[in-house]
Amino acid sequence: MSLGATGNPNPEANKNGLLAGSNLEKVLRAGHFAVTAELGPPQSADHLVIRNKARHLRDCCDGVNLTDNQTAIVRMSSIAAGAILVQEGLEPIIQMVCRDRNRLAMQSDLMGAYALGIRNVLCLTGDHQSFGNHPTAKNVFDVDSCQLVKMVSGMRDQRVFQCGEAIKGQEPRFFVGAAESPFAAPVEFRPYRLGKKVKAGANFIQTQLVYDVPAFETFMEKVRTLGIHEQTSILVGVGPLKSPAMAKYMKESVPGILVPDELIQRMTKAGASWAGKKADEMSKEEKKARSEAWKAEGIKICIELIHKVRAVPGVAGIHIMAIEWEEAVRPVVEGAGLLPRPNMHEPPRTDTD
Amino acid sequence: MIVAEQKTIDEVKTLLADARKVLVIGCGTCVTVCFAGGSREAAILACSLRMASQLEGHARDITDVTVQRQCEWEYLDQAADQIKDAEVILSLGCGVGVQAIAERFPNAWVVPGLNTKFMGLPTEQGVWAERCAACGDCVLGLTGGVCPIARCSKSLLNGPCGGSEGGHCEIDPDTPCGWQLIYDRMEKLGKLELLMDVQPPKNWQKARDGGPRKIVREDLKLHHEE
Repeated sequence: MSLGATGNPNPEANKNGLLAGSNLEKVLRAGHFAVTAELGPPQSADHLVIRNKARHLRDCCDGVNLTDNQTAIVRMSSIAAGAILVQEGLEPIIQMVCRDRNRLAMQSDLMGAYALGIRNVLCLTGDHQSFGNHPTAKNVFDVDSCQLVKMVSGMRDQRVFQCGEAIKGQEPRFFVGAAESPFAAPVEFRPYRLGKKVKAGANFIQTQLVYDVPAFETFMEKVRTLGIHEQTSILVGVGPLKSPAMAKYMKESVPGILVPDELIQRMTKAGASWAGKKADEMSKEEKKARSEAWKAEGIKICIELIHKVRAVPGVAGIHIMAIEWEEAVRPVVEGAGLLPRPNMHEPPRTDTD
Repeated sequence: MIVAEQKTIDEVKTLLADARKVLVIGCGTCVTVCFAGGSREAAILACSLRMASQLEGHARDITDVTVQRQCEWEYLDQAADQIKDAEVILSLGCGVGVQAIAERFPNAWVVPGLNTKFMGLPTEQGVWAERCAACGDCVLGLTGGVCPIARCSKSLLNGPCGGSEGGHCEIDPDTPCGWQLIYDRMEKLGKLELLMDVQPPKNWQKARDGGPRKIVREDLKLHHEE
């Protein structure tokens, strides 16, 4: 079978009507409220870290995001970590940022990731290297996130490389994701920027962390006016707060994250029994107890947020970012009444080819 | 203009090593306007180096001269005798000036006295800011005259990343977000629709990534009759 540069979609690959056939795609296609979670690869070459973290996420989400050198700190590659998840029987969503690789390396890695059994990719700009542990590095940004979305979907749907040349043989078929930060400046442009990513081919969207539900509702109103929610699946970013300090830090220092004062007060109140005590006056047990009290409140708030954002029209699921706290995912998902996760496995077939 | 700033006196002294006869050569164009390497700066630096050499008991013969443009050989030729006579040439031109000297005078040892920073403009007295990255394929017609290549820290073409906050870039509160500037200007001019198309990946071949660049204008070349 020969295919021209503009190629026909591979009939073998989508005979089931699916773009990539990933679990996440099937869950969303079936109309289930989707749950994804995040797993940060280690700053080491230890595969056991991934396997241990995977234990906490097993059976409580439909896909696991593997961050790609997040905050510009060098970590195990998201594709390698994703391949380990495939071995563990979990569904990886590899993140790919534009900061570290040019279009050649990205396409090469995408083919490799597909060959290793990975079926979802989240296309991101990537944090600027000045925030990470190699601030003197050269940044790449050969393509931006919008262009990356188009490149990945073009490899799948047109069976072409970014240059337009046909892919001979198996094309990488990914369920393509992108991100949006609903509250980052200029906020008026954000729904349109989301629209651009969807126009470029984004099948699903994971948003930046949402704590301010009314502000998110305003964003979604505009998204619905533009009809974007009908062309993609929007998963809302949520994350359990660990402490009042974390809440304050995110409010004050992370662009695009709005944390209402009410939530900071609730977190502070959760540790009220230890209020006024300095860290060096507290025993190890007291500190642990305070931390547990904060975490319990953080999980409670997260569950409430999930109920609220789930009620917003146009929301197709949630993406849980429990940063370096994967243990929190199961209680959050369970508390939100989202267990068990849908089983999309097809009955086993006996292929003879 | 090309904007540059002087290296520290310590670095300059290291570059001069134990040379006894030094020529500081200024440039009368861009680096004069940005107060980094004009005749005034060349004279002051020569004077500072003379004082330093006296204090350190290491006598140097340090003179200075300024040409109109270090980046053109015909201007450099006017200082040819002084250049050939010096043990070290300390250029206060931009990187182009330093290389023009090296190319024109194969036996001269030339060292840079400036760090060439960017192409930009003065935004207020004493402040210069980058405006052009010389990408070779100008997109200013799409972005209302504000350059996303030079003014966005990630050179994004399809809008701001998530790090834009209160009009500034997340890398530094003193750096305006290039895309906020573009958005505001396009909104004011009623041209936001120009930002809605998905811009394709850029042809970086036309930028430095395609190798050292050269322009040949046949219409201007001197063709000798055979």
